[in-house]
Amino acid sequence: MEAFLGNIDSVIGGFSWTVRLTVISAVFSFVLGVILTSMRVSPVPFMRVIATGYVEVVRNTPLTLVLLFCGLGLNSSLGLTFSETVAWNVYWLAVLGLSAYTACFVSEALRSGVNTVPFGQVEAARSLGLTFTQNLRLIVLPQALRSTIGPLGSVLIALTKNTTVASVAGLGVQEASREMKLMFDQGVVPVIPTFVGFAIGFLILTLPMGYLFGWMSRRLAVAR
Amino acid sequence: MKLAQQNETSRLFDAPGPKAKARQGVYTVVTLIVFAAALLWVYLQLDEQGQWDAAKWEPFLRPETWTAYVVPGMLNTLSAALQAAVLAIVFGLVFGIGRLSEHWWIRVPCGAVVEFFRGIPLLMMIFFLLALPLAINQLTGLPASSFRVEPLMAVVVGLTLYNGSVLAEVFRAGINAVPKGQSEAAYSLGMNKRKVMSLILVPQAVTSMMPAIVAQLVVLLKDSALGYIVSFPELLRNFSLIGTRFNSVIPAAIVCAIIYIVINISLSRVAIWLERRNARRGRASAHIGEAAMTEEAVAGVTASGNIGTVELHEPDRRERPDGPDRSDPDRPA
Repeated sequence: MEAFLGNIDSVIGGFSWTVRLTVISAVFSFVLGVILTSMRVSPVPFMRVIATGYVEVVRNTPLTLVLLFCGLGLNSSLGLTFSETVAWNVYWLAVLGLSAYTACFVSEALRSGVNTVPFGQVEAARSLGLTFTQNLRLIVLPQALRSTIGPLGSVLIALTKNTTVASVAGLGVQEASREMKLMFDQGVVPVIPTFVGFAIGFLILTLPMGYLFGWMSRRLAVAR
Repeated sequence: MKLAQQNETSRLFDAPGPKAKARQGVYTVVTLIVFAAALLWVYLQLDEQGQWDAAKWEPFLRPETWTAYVVPGMLNTLSAALQAAVLAIVFGLVFGIGRLSEHWWIRVPCGAVVEFFRGIPLLMMIFFLLALPLAINQLTGLPASSFRVEPLMAVVVGLTLYNGSVLAEVFRAGINAVPKGQSEAAYSLGMNKRKVMSLILVPQAVTSMMPAIVAQLVVLLKDSALGYIVSFPELLRNFSLIGTRFNSVIPAAIVCAIIYIVINISLSRVAIWLERRNARRGRASAHIGEAAMTEEAVAGVTASGNIGTVELHEPDRRERPDGPDRSDPDRPA
């Protein structure tokens, strides 16, 4: 156990990257997801095609490939860099990949939420003379958001767990799972307690999220 | 305006009149220009780096690239996914039924196992499985070299534990969704618990849950790409080898993505087809909630969906006058 506690710094370091990846990617993917959803329900057919095409392509690609593409493709081959320091550069590349990937699932959740808004709401808004954008912004999206809090919570939990894939070669963000693997590779730490420790770390992150979103979705549910 | 033609996308706006049509035409053109400009920019960026050189794409026209890299990789991916799929279904059935047991000493451990494997990242599980020889060495003092965990085994076991846990929840929801009259009738015919479960409940649950099961198998197939990280020579790994060997990372990534997308979309179509067929036959396709279905399965997030959101789509409520709440913890299993 001392060997594990002796590494407590790298454990905390790893989880701090995990949290940073999760929070920033969550913000970006939410924004992108809302934009994609708006495009998918818009009156302009071409926008619908683009957004649907993007979602279908990216969500059917394995996340490992998406992040590998960010690392080896965008960074190494095309020379896209975000920061001078390596750690922050790979961090932003990983955020880019995770956001691009997660936005698809945010969009899917929101779109199913849009479908739960009763037709009468939309019709009433239209008959008041609201334009499509006003309708979406004032009537549909607020209701859709409230009814998709539960699914969005699942997406966030999935994102938290998916940040481990950012340890893929060519990217190598020093997040928790990578720290754990490095400890195993050194061969000194006790394997089972270390694994249990890291697993508890992830459960500490995801379990409260699940309860919080469950509580919020009950509390904010649209009464119909 | 024809209400019958109202689909989800046209709910938010009226059928356009002449003015709106003109406006939408303008928007279409603007979008088209922006999109074309973005594509052109990407094309030029790639061109500047010489990514469209024939030399970078030429390897994909050679048959030996396909026989030496793509086909073996695909076979590895498919065999790992197939093994994991079979094992995950067995695991899911055992633990899904276990969670419905009336004995707490079966119910509680099964629940704990399912929740644990759903709650931790799959990649961490795979790393742990690869470190198992070391763990055995530390516990028993036996030399670590006397055990070996092959990457294939770690990937298959990891995929089994994670997806099996998700499937356990799917099966549990499916069994709970079978109308209560079915098991009551079976008991009144004198069947015992085992027979009610195996002859009445499980077959109906599997039928109604088939779309969700197939969709979860798509997730499993997609997650098998994690094998790349632990050097399991599956499709993605072999494509990265092509990428490094011929110095064509971007073309390799594009071709690889196309293969994954084609496989996954065709499998998703099977799930949608199964769901439509169920609906046509008047059977309820029980979902783990619209939400969990979208996230977990069809969309393929490796999410741990809320257990609380189990809801049922039942076209025929007459069979079930007592509503959708069948989460009776003491129901016989």
